[in-house]
Amino acid sequence: MALTLADPFDALLQFQNALDSFRASSWLGSGPSARGSYPPLNVFRKGDNLLLTMEVPGIAKSDIAVQVKGNTIRISGSKAIQYGEGAALHRRERRAGRFDRAITVPVEIDPEGVKAECRDGILALYLPRAERDKPKTVAIN
Amino acid sequence: MAQSQELEVQEKKELVSKEEATVPARYFMPHTDIFETDDALNVILEVPGVERKDVEVSVENDVLKIDAKIGFKNYEGLEPVYTEYNVGHFTRSFTLSNKLDQQQISAHLQDGVLTLVLKKAKEAQPRRIAID
Repeated sequence: MALTLADPFDALLQFQNALDSFRASSWLGSGPSARGSYPPLNVFRKGDNLLLTMEVPGIAKSDIAVQVKGNTIRISGSKAIQYGEGAALHRRERRAGRFDRAITVPVEIDPEGVKAECRDGILALYLPRAERDKPKTVAIN
Repeated sequence: MAQSQELEVQEKKELVSKEEATVPARYFMPHTDIFETDDALNVILEVPGVERKDVEVSVENDVLKIDAKIGFKNYEGLEPVYTEYNVGHFTRSFTLSNKLDQQQISAHLQDGVLTLVLKKAKEAQPRRIAID
């Protein structure tokens, strides 16, 4: 389903509704630890390649470890929150702790070409598709 | 205690308000910690995906309003395949007490966390009384 952003005013809302409709998507469903843990991730497709984005606010690059093996990606690390001395807490909605999550994507990716970038609290993993997995065009006689 | 436990996903809180924005989009309320020290009130909001130039903090009529917009351009050409969280602009407002010095508010944004420090008005700071 290609998103056509013809109307710029509605574009963000359409995108948000599209994100909602892919919540129940079973694309990633069959892996052993695909759901339910932190950090929440979104998978996007751009052409043949995949982009994984995760929201990791308050976590520095050095506190996250990303490992790739075959089609499995593991993201682990810890989030810390400092409150300062003698602080009286009025409201606490943020959470701190460790996280360790592994997901298996159903397409073959090239582990050498995986790039990770962490900026402004968003961790983005660029997963290029393996050459041998790309569909080949067949000429019709 | 919180350091060694496993983190769980918190759903984003969507904003439901009586007034509509002129540009249709869904807004979310950032998760916020508020704590008070001797000389200031700290308000910490999680706004992942927001750059410094897209944050607006204002105080009007004793109401602190935070508006943080995400860069939608980064998502152009991307088709969602599997999603667990939604994205959108953040907004939240708090009513301030008159104990805060509304002229002195500092803001700092790093790694998607916006920290606001609101200094307390001089009269509200605790005074130590020396005992002879």
